[in-house]
Order: sequence, then structure tokens, then C-alpha cells
Amino acid sequence: MSAPSPVELDEPVTDDLTALATPWVTIVWNDPVNLMSYVTFVFTEYFGYSKKKAEKLMMEVHEDGRSVVSTGSREEMERDVQAMHEYGLWATMQPADL
Amino acid sequence: MSGFTRHRKSGAAVATFSAFEADLLRSLASQLIELLRNETAVPEVAESDDPLEALLDFSGPTLAPEDPVLARLFPTAYPKDDEAAAEFRRYTEADLRNGKAAGAAELIDTLEEAGLDDQPEDGVFIDVELAKPAAITWMRSFTDMRLAIATRLGIEEGDEEFWYGLDDEDPRSQVHDIYEWVGYLQETLVQAAHK
Repeated sequence: MSAPSPVELDEPVTDDLTALATPWVTIVWNDPVNLMSYVTFVFTEYFGYSKKKAEKLMMEVHEDGRSVVSTGSREEMERDVQAMHEYGLWATMQPADL
Repeated sequence: MSGFTRHRKSGAAVATFSAFEADLLRSLASQLIELLRNETAVPEVAESDDPLEALLDFSGPTLAPEDPVLARLFPTAYPKDDEAAAEFRRYTEADLRNGKAAGAAELIDTLEEAGLDDQPEDGVFIDVELAKPAAITWMRSFTDMRLAIATRLGIEEGDEEFWYGLDDEDPRSQVHDIYEWVGYLQETLVQAAHK
């Protein structure tokens, strides 16, 4: 057994790689039409969330007017937003830090 | 009117519609298909300077639809970035339109295969049995129908009193009754399919 040899670390650099790694979020907004039960169903069905988590997100949408329902790369979020629109939910996306 | 229930053995969502109800659902689904195909889902070619590029540019629209119902069915994905929003719309809206139209067409096919004729007679009942994928297709179509009706009526959060207070003779009252009925079907379908 040997201790790992010390590794010299470069100074952290802010470059394109950092920009690429910036997470994005999918936001679902409240609307007067979609049923609470349906919104919960969509979150369990599409994202595979537990019923408990899906209900928590649904209540955020209902009470706060919006909820971040998923986080990931820009491409992943575009897929999620498109899927939400397929289900008739009002979804948008933006960088996570906005 | 009894909505959907879960079939104990198969787990399918089952419902029995009167001929009148089935015909109404078919009519709503047909209107949805017509709306989805109404406003063209192709970009305005006039914007491009290059005629060849313009002719080849049939990939999809870049601007939000003018019709408020279509604008709600296809929301802007990037509210603060017009360029990214246009790009997203170009690559997704045509598929979304086709998917929603195909779903509504599937709903009509299921009703007709279950015995809904062109001129349905009173006393005829239409039994439907939906496995989970079909149940999800119906839920999406119910959602699209309700979004369309709600946008046309101008339904807002917490305005139920207004709609219940309308005179029965007011056509908006009758449309709102249909909206509530489709909502009831949606609620019972979600309960029947969610396990």
C-alpha cells in the first residue's frame, strides 16, 4: 500500500469548459387549467420522481407560481422542456444562476 | 356520466360514454386537429435574402404562433433570449404539432373502433379500454382541449364564481360546462392510470 503521490494542481481557469458545464434548469409555471393530479402524474411519469417529490414540486408550482423541476446540461433541459410541452405544461429553461 | 375507472384485472382505464358524449369528444378532437394544421407551421421565407436558402428552409417556424391557443400549446422556451427561442421553436414546434394532432386522431380512432358511427343514435353506448400508453395519449389530448377552451373563454385562476354565475342561456356557460366535463374525465383518467 502506498500513499497517493502528490499531484500538482493547476490554478483553476475560467474558460469555455466552465461555460459548457454551467447547469441549466427547467421551470414549470402555474396555469389556471392543468389539474394538480395531472401535473403530479406528469412529474412521476416523465422524470421518474417519487410521488412524494412530484407532489412537492406540484405544490411549488401551485403556490409559488413556478418550480425548478430538473437541472442538467442545456441539451437535456431542451429535451425536458419539449417533453413538458408535449404534456401541455407551461415550461421554460434558463441558466441555473439567473 | 361516470368518467374513467381502473379495471381491476387488466389495470386498464375503462369508461362508457353515451353516443352524445363520444360524439362531443370526437368533435373536440377534430377541432383540435384542424387548429393544429390551420396556421402554417413553416417559417416566413421572405426574411431570407438567399432564394435557395429560403426555398430549402422548411425546417420549422421561428416565431410564436399568432393564435393565442397555439401560443399556449407551444410556449416560448427561452423567455429572455429571442434567438435561442427561435432556434428551439424551429426544431421542436413541427414535431409537437404533429404529435398533438396524432394523439387527437388516435382518440377519434379509438372511439370509432368502439362503435361510434358518423350519425350516432341515442341509446348507443361506447365502451373504451385504455392501456397506459393510450391513457397518456388521451390525457394529453384532454389537456390540449382544455387549454384551447380555457384560452378562448379567458379562464383565469380562481374565477370559478364568474362562470357558475353566468346565465344558463349564455353560450359561454355551455362551453364552460364542456370544459368542466373534460376536466372531470381528465381527473378520473389520471386516478385510474396513476398507480
